[in-house]
Amino acid sequence: MATLEIRDLHVSVEAENGPREILKGVDLTVKQGETHAIMGPNGSGKSTLAYSLAGHPKYTVTSGSVLLDGEDVLEMSVDERAKAGVFLAMQYPVEVPGVSVSNFLRTAATAVRGEAPKLRLWVKEVKEAMAALQMDPAFAERNVNEGFSGGEKKRHEILQLELLKPKIAILDETDSGLDVDALRIVSEGINRVRSTGEVGTLLVTHYTRILRYIKPDYVHVFAAGRIVESGGAELADKLEEEGYESYVKGGASE
Amino acid sequence: MADTPLNAAVNTAGSTTAGSIEVGTAGAGAQLAGPGTGRTAVQQPIDARVAVKPSFDVNDFPVPNGREEDWRFTPLHRLGGLHDGTAAAIAERDGAGTDKVEFVLPDGVTAETVGRDDARLGKAGKPVDRVAAQAFSAFEQALVVTVPKDAVLPEPVRIDVRAEGGVRFAHVVIDVKPFAEAVVVLNHVGTGTRAANVELLVGDGAKLTFVSVQDWDRDAVHVSQHNALVGRDASFKSVVVTFGGDLVRLHPRVNYAGPGGEAELFGLYFADAGQHLEHRLIIDHDTPHCRSNVAYKGALQGQDAHAVWVGDVLIRAAALGTDTYELNRNLVLTDGARVDSIPNLEIETGEIVGAGHASATGRFDDEQLFYLQARGIPADEARRLVVRGFFAELLQQIGVAEVQDQLMEKIEAELEAAV
Repeated sequence: MATLEIRDLHVSVEAENGPREILKGVDLTVKQGETHAIMGPNGSGKSTLAYSLAGHPKYTVTSGSVLLDGEDVLEMSVDERAKAGVFLAMQYPVEVPGVSVSNFLRTAATAVRGEAPKLRLWVKEVKEAMAALQMDPAFAERNVNEGFSGGEKKRHEILQLELLKPKIAILDETDSGLDVDALRIVSEGINRVRSTGEVGTLLVTHYTRILRYIKPDYVHVFAAGRIVESGGAELADKLEEEGYESYVKGGASE
Repeated sequence: MADTPLNAAVNTAGSTTAGSIEVGTAGAGAQLAGPGTGRTAVQQPIDARVAVKPSFDVNDFPVPNGREEDWRFTPLHRLGGLHDGTAAAIAERDGAGTDKVEFVLPDGVTAETVGRDDARLGKAGKPVDRVAAQAFSAFEQALVVTVPKDAVLPEPVRIDVRAEGGVRFAHVVIDVKPFAEAVVVLNHVGTGTRAANVELLVGDGAKLTFVSVQDWDRDAVHVSQHNALVGRDASFKSVVVTFGGDLVRLHPRVNYAGPGGEAELFGLYFADAGQHLEHRLIIDHDTPHCRSNVAYKGALQGQDAHAVWVGDVLIRAAALGTDTYELNRNLVLTDGARVDSIPNLEIETGEIVGAGHASATGRFDDEQLFYLQARGIPADEARRLVVRGFFAELLQQIGVAEVQDQLMEKIEAELEAAV
């Protein structure tokens, strides 16, 4: 059973006047089959947590540890983390000129699985996954994220989640910028992956809206670079009613 | 934002991308005029270039100083003296540098070495700048390749040139007679200082695909003007591929000898650190019902890799029913590279089918790299994926399988060597 263990994680970014600490001691354990929602106000550092776990070069881990089944994730390069089973669905996926979606997906699947998927099975797999996300087949021939609408970008991220089958899925504000229909389709995709019981999900979000579709096992409130409160799904209801004010007022948020 | 579209309309101002990519703006060659500028009239660059009086005689052109519209991007000091007579003097003093030339000639095709006075020379057009005129004034013997009337060649004509140093001026005529169909590959390797004129005569109803590969050693200097004269209802396809050399400056030009002609100009270049690769083309639509389509794509990597692309399309008043489009795309893989991309379209009649151009320079940046790596793709493979994808579409348009394969191999080799 895969387990991601984050212990006392401190992360800085380079700012104009030297390094600025954003994560100030994050502790969190995510097990396969569990869904954790990380909720917090803007600037609380929740996206930094997501990108640090994936290994974005902008972030420097100054102390703490991240282990995936006992393996040191922080020692791994970005692609090694992906191969180890860490997946980050990005809030703002970037355009990659000249690379078609189908080529990209197959290259990624080959890298993550360690061998090229058999072509016929692969074509079927992609087709079915795209149909489930209500994506036009012509989508596969477009360049990665080039000219995609906000909803298309998020569907494309979840398509990759379904195809790459990670152990730990980090979904960074996947709900942002989606209308109700797109949110439902994307959430259904995430739920399909969750229902396999083989993925631990870290759902990073500002709003409680997506939690109507995706029921978390745990909700963590993130403020000022650390988790300040943890609870069950009912904590999200409290946030829905009261907002983040009580956490921010205490000087918790920057 | 990685991709910065320069412009989609005629001579609109462009934009400059961030960081170290410098992008020339469309119409940037237009000089300011009026009080204080020392000039009294605004001159469009395309006018200036078309207005140049073509001539076979080098003495009809002043030595360029680098401020001229058509020389302003070229580092003259790296031309090996091709522009100021010193190269010609070296060739005179030491004798011309040697080229080893090998041919593959399908049945019926002839390749002749002829003297300067051969009547078949100079029919496709005259030199339009000093280096091309220098080449014409100084070459000793010309190569004339003839594809006979109605011949449909089963395989490409190959002309493999290996330059073995020194200075040499060349003249090549590819004469494809009416209704013949041919693919001609002119392949350049080795090193030296070379200037040439290549004449491409495409007879009425004929089809010619001309592939010029510049696979030079790193220190070669190569300047060449390609003059195509496209016959009535003829099809001409030019494929220019430039990888090697210290300075390569090619000037493909198209003129139409009769209505119904079609020209496609494809180009592919890969500039590494310090290389200057310049492609400037002119399509002169002065004949009704002709078509042209231009697509050039380049990748750049390394400090002071410099690509210049200037695409001039002129639709004259007589060229009713013209249909033209030109595109230039550049992919900058590292910091320190520079692209100047300048499409110019000048239209003197509204009675056309279509005319357009586009230019964009995109950058392969850290965010793209992170995105691909976050999906398990290692960094070097990520870069290869992007470059391959970038060129693949263009390669498919070449339409000659063995040439496509050869070029894909070259691209792979470039990526292996330098990424």
